[in-house]
Amino acid sequence: MNAPSYNFAYLDEQTKRMIRRAILKAIATPGYQVPFASREMPMPYGWGTGGVQVTAAILGPDDVLKVIDQGSDDTTNAISIRKFFGKTAGVATTTSTAEATVIQTRHRIPEAPLHGGQVLVYQVPIPEPLRFLEPRETETRRMHALGEYGLMHVKLYEDIARFGHIATSYAYPVKVNARYVMDPSPTPKFDNPKMDNCPALQLFGAGREKRIYAIPPHTNVVSLDFEDHPFARYRFDAPCALCGAGDSYLDEIVTDDKGGRMFVCSDTDYCETRQAAGHRGSESAAPHREVAHG
Amino acid sequence: MYVAVKGGERAIENAHRLLAHERRGDRDVPEVSIAQISEQLSLGVDRVMAEGSLYDRELAALAIKQSRGDLIEAIFLVRAFRATLPRFGATEPVDTGEMQVRRRISSTFKDIPGGQILGPTFDYTHRLLDPQLAEGFAPEGPMVGDASGAATPRVTDILGRDGLIEPSPQGRADAIVGDLTREPLDFPAERDLRLQNLARADEGFLLALGYSTQRGYGRNHPFAGEIRFGEVEVEFMAEDAGFAVPLGSITLTECQMVNQFKGSATEAPCFTRGYGLAFGQSERKTMSMALVDRSLRARELGEELIAPAQDEEFVMSHSDNVQATGFVEHLKLPHYVDFQSELGLLRKLRKEFADATAAAPMREAAE
Repeated sequence: MNAPSYNFAYLDEQTKRMIRRAILKAIATPGYQVPFASREMPMPYGWGTGGVQVTAAILGPDDVLKVIDQGSDDTTNAISIRKFFGKTAGVATTTSTAEATVIQTRHRIPEAPLHGGQVLVYQVPIPEPLRFLEPRETETRRMHALGEYGLMHVKLYEDIARFGHIATSYAYPVKVNARYVMDPSPTPKFDNPKMDNCPALQLFGAGREKRIYAIPPHTNVVSLDFEDHPFARYRFDAPCALCGAGDSYLDEIVTDDKGGRMFVCSDTDYCETRQAAGHRGSESAAPHREVAHG
Repeated sequence: MYVAVKGGERAIENAHRLLAHERRGDRDVPEVSIAQISEQLSLGVDRVMAEGSLYDRELAALAIKQSRGDLIEAIFLVRAFRATLPRFGATEPVDTGEMQVRRRISSTFKDIPGGQILGPTFDYTHRLLDPQLAEGFAPEGPMVGDASGAATPRVTDILGRDGLIEPSPQGRADAIVGDLTREPLDFPAERDLRLQNLARADEGFLLALGYSTQRGYGRNHPFAGEIRFGEVEVEFMAEDAGFAVPLGSITLTECQMVNQFKGSATEAPCFTRGYGLAFGQSERKTMSMALVDRSLRARELGEELIAPAQDEEFVMSHSDNVQATGFVEHLKLPHYVDFQSELGLLRKLRKEFADATAAAPMREAAE
């Protein structure tokens, strides 16, 4: 029997080189979806295979990796991917946004500002922002080539006509470097402004759809909107019940079957870092003694 | 009070441990061996090799055991392993005309050179559950005769000699064979890539699409010109040696459909072709594949594109069960961040609606 043996970070060097070429091309044309020969990975398509391939291609032995899903380091798929690289690459892993050199994410951008030298790798299910307006790849590629984005604006306008608002709350389309309309992956639109002029490199990997795209550091990223209906972030009025943060994206936790709800930071590292610094919310346990008066 | 969910790592480990336990089942029942799966569930192994696109019975049988008999999961295991293998190149084209035939039938001619050979088939069996099998049953040995030395030329070649069927396009000897596992697929795709896609495609998906063409969604009047199953030699051109080196033989099923004819003012009418090929004995798969291959040639043959089975982008983008199952099942992953975003928006819209309807009667009253 052919006993399997695997390379550093799982992928063979030829595949990594192919992916790196796609990444370089993506960086050179911000927001453009570069086709790449996505491989079958040992986790299912739709579970982060694009992000995993990008991470595998850029990871070096000295990197420190953080993996989040829904903003949390402790969700099952984040754990699974972190363990995968711990096992196949033996790199150091962390839950700290500040300490990580590579952060792979699904559905969130960390709250703590990213810095130069960091790489944020997004897992992308459907890379094509126009897909639900036009199902054919042959058509959407032509629309991107011609910069023909009228259809998207009509869709946003129809939302306003029907609901009074742009009824897209996640995967909210952006225009990158005043050229390509891009899908930011299904992050809540709350996170969109973080992509603009970000000092970190942002890479997007879609494994099943075989596309890689990028936002180089300090690139202009604009959420699509209208003059009279400007883009607005959405956020709850309440602060986080655990750390008291008033500026973070919150998860709603159902606490009973009688309508009880509480809201806590979706970014667990952000929340824990704030709690460790002594911040408290309405539901958090009494502060540690040493920081009780801090 | 809510406590941030921790311990996911241990939960995953325990889930996997439980899975291994369930996979084994009742430990008083003997464990199934790879050889048993390979020998006694051989059509399942064939399917896993075909859709896993890796010819290795042992690994396919292992995958079936590991996946508890879930064939799509087994195909996925084989694919993930295949993706890590180095690629040395492409073999010489296999010659199915030289196949050591174990089964070979044509529905277009009563008799053909080399004869109709039924071989091992479920066809004509009565589908009655067999209590004998439940108890363990040693069947009689098969009837044995002398192998015929007669050639078994392909039926389509016989038709081709009279020009009654379009010739198979001859590939250039130096042309690089397309490989959608190494280059991202682009549309419109050439037929080599279409056939590769169909050969790896989910049997059920192809079956349904092929069936749809028979029911009128892009009908193409098929006849099963020939279905053959047996062993073919595989050779690899070794550049150093300067000649083709035999690597061994593999079992294949090939289906050649003979389809509705076409012609024009400048071309004499002739039948057209649909082609199916798969590892192992996979007749349902290769017949469905041949129907869909012919269907996807609609554009090339100047037919009106009206049915799903004729739509290359639709068929090729959705035929892969490893991709499909991954994306469908990824809905199990947490989506609460996005859901939260939608909840927030929906609450806002509902509040505005409630405010507006509360205000409306008052306006009317004021008028």
